[in-house]
Amino acid sequence: MLEFTPEQELDAYREMLLIRRFEEKAGQLYGMGFIGGFCHLYIGQEAVVVGMQMAISKGDQVITTYRDHGHMLASGMDPKGVMAELTGRAGGYSKGKGGSMHMFSLEKNFYGGHGIVGASVPLGSGLAFANKYRGNDRVSLTYFGDGAANQGQVYESFNMAKLWDLPVIYVIENNKYGMGTSIERSSATTDFSQRGASFDIPGEQVDGMDVRAVKEAGDKAVKRAREGGGPYILEMLTYRYRGHSMSDPAKYRSREEVQKVRKESDPIEQLKKRIVADGIASEDDLKALDKEVKAIAAAAAEFAQNDVHPDPSELYTDILR
Amino acid sequence: MATEILMPALSPTMEEGKLARWLVKEGDEINAGDVIAEIETDKATMEVEAIDDGLMSKLLVAEGAEGVKVNTPIAIVMEEGEEANGAAPATAPAPTVAKAPIVEAPSAPEPALSAAPASPVITETKVSGDTAMVEITVREALRDAMAEEMRLDDDVFVMGEEVAEYQGAYKVTQGLLAEFGEKRVIDTPITEHGFAGIAVGSAFAGLKPVVEFMTWNFAMQAIDHILNSAAKTLYMSGGQMSSSIVFRGPNGAASRVGAQHSQDYSSWYAQVPGLKVVAPYTAADAKGLLKAAIRDPNPVVFLEHEMVYGQTFDIPDVEDLIIPIGKADIVRTGKDVTIVSFSRGMQLANEAGKKLAEQGIDAEIIDLRTLRPLDMETVLTSVRKTNRIVTVEEAWPVASIGSEICSRVTSEAFDYLDAPPTKVTAKDVPMPYAANLEKLALPSIDDVMNAVHGVCYKDQA
Repeated sequence: MLEFTPEQELDAYREMLLIRRFEEKAGQLYGMGFIGGFCHLYIGQEAVVVGMQMAISKGDQVITTYRDHGHMLASGMDPKGVMAELTGRAGGYSKGKGGSMHMFSLEKNFYGGHGIVGASVPLGSGLAFANKYRGNDRVSLTYFGDGAANQGQVYESFNMAKLWDLPVIYVIENNKYGMGTSIERSSATTDFSQRGASFDIPGEQVDGMDVRAVKEAGDKAVKRAREGGGPYILEMLTYRYRGHSMSDPAKYRSREEVQKVRKESDPIEQLKKRIVADGIASEDDLKALDKEVKAIAAAAAEFAQNDVHPDPSELYTDILR
Repeated sequence: MATEILMPALSPTMEEGKLARWLVKEGDEINAGDVIAEIETDKATMEVEAIDDGLMSKLLVAEGAEGVKVNTPIAIVMEEGEEANGAAPATAPAPTVAKAPIVEAPSAPEPALSAAPASPVITETKVSGDTAMVEITVREALRDAMAEEMRLDDDVFVMGEEVAEYQGAYKVTQGLLAEFGEKRVIDTPITEHGFAGIAVGSAFAGLKPVVEFMTWNFAMQAIDHILNSAAKTLYMSGGQMSSSIVFRGPNGAASRVGAQHSQDYSSWYAQVPGLKVVAPYTAADAKGLLKAAIRDPNPVVFLEHEMVYGQTFDIPDVEDLIIPIGKADIVRTGKDVTIVSFSRGMQLANEAGKKLAEQGIDAEIIDLRTLRPLDMETVLTSVRKTNRIVTVEEAWPVASIGSEICSRVTSEAFDYLDAPPTKVTAKDVPMPYAANLEKLALPSIDDVMNAVHGVCYKDQA
């Protein structure tokens, strides 16, 4: 297993904690009616984006589907702008016109935020196509879920990505359920890392609850793609604690199943224990860090609740350039 | 610090619910993620989780209470280490989110990135009376447009089925592979959904793809990316991200290929905000509009016609022929009736115009050329003069381009009308294979003549 430096351990801890506190806050704002429509929380899966983000370099692209708040924060997007988009305010990343599922930051190389299951796969392959066309050494991190992994366009993309040796890493976040249907009930084969076999795209399963394991696998795949090795599949074995979206009655899995994962393999708790055991920081230090991170989430929420609504004139802007 | 737990909205439409059961009691220690209550909504029973660690200080709403409004405080939680009793404020504390201490106030969110660049200035190429003309087929005109733009801009590339080595299923991309090589003229597998998505992704990264669909019928496999990924992204990103991309290929009726290969999609795409839609008829328009489409910073749906590819037209012999998107062309001026059409419908309109002239009916004929944005000003100006309008198209009649034009003319030039606006369309049937039935399904010159006679209140000649 890859060893992190004390600095990396603390950075990873802080990043994962920020995502969790942000998402908890988003859940709260949803409950208060500040956020409408669909809101898919990332709680439980934090190690995946944080580990992968540690594996890429500036200029590499990130694209995903709609459980996307964690990817935005990990990309370095401002929590205030993300939360204000969730509340549909003018200071949101899309001026309030995109919402939870549709946010972008070209500056941070985050290409969305796409609401259609599976759509991120050809789009992310297209980002990789552009890298190859331009002859730069950038890599496209293309995220999608176990649910999307059964979509036809995924295999159309796999075929072309291998045919043209595109520098793309397909990160399949397998959180075991596509909405309320378990992978066993939706997928003829459940080892998604092998879904590229027909196209000769190698892949591996990774413990997506351990940020070190994620970064280690990410490092290898990124290096390979950057050096012209073509596409690669990383299946991240992870778990979401919350419902598919906010209106999920959670009748398809037991409370015990969720609690067991939380207790035994929570990505943040794992790292916390290690940090304390290794003497990198004390319980009190981490409490202070938690307070600091909570304050960022609270400030984002404060901004998002009080920011102005988009001007009515915005209805007709940004339709065409 | 004491914080209130509020009755949560558990679905986008929930306004109130029943607090079915408390799973904790006052004085219990709770951890984030613990289920503390069950709430019944009209749809389901759902569990409420604690958001933070703390001590359950007070339950404010009794178990079994019905009609508890969203956002009503239902419990008070004390922070770890805080005195459970006594510390609870006499007045109800403000909800967590509003009260949370702001330790660090990060700066306001970064401004939207690069402001949307202004649309490039696309000026119509001036063609004077003594400009030399050359004969060229529509097929060659389209190829020349792509080749010229590819010479000007390395970011322009062509992708699609059989566009490279086969030289195009309809030979529109003939010669491009030889000049530009396989990096820029790319044969794809037969996977429209996938390659349309890849092209849009590459456009997000700044390339300028020209995607050929062997026919628009097959683009139904890709329509999700044309609409959801290409057309809507500029809006959904608040103006940050767009795609400069052209989707092109033959649209409408082909010959004797049956229903799945003969459909006109004009009104489907013309309905979508975020797209431009072009449907030229002549070689000059095909070339000038395709060059404008490739330079356009927006996604453009470019509808060609298989039965017109081989037709020859005079085209001005100028270096950089550009026809701006969004401008209709008055191809024949007249005073008695306005005939509006586009694409191959123009063939019928032109033929009918000649025959009508022989009968003493002076028709004004307008080639729309662009279907979105629609140049209604040119149409309305003409109708205010002729007081009569007939639209001609090869598409089905329901919600067609003609439907839209007739509706707009009725509401915007009602007082000028001397007859009801009239549509000539294909019949409301899937395209049949049998030669005689296929002919019956498509609009004919007679259909146009009859419609014009109708609006002019003339008996059929």
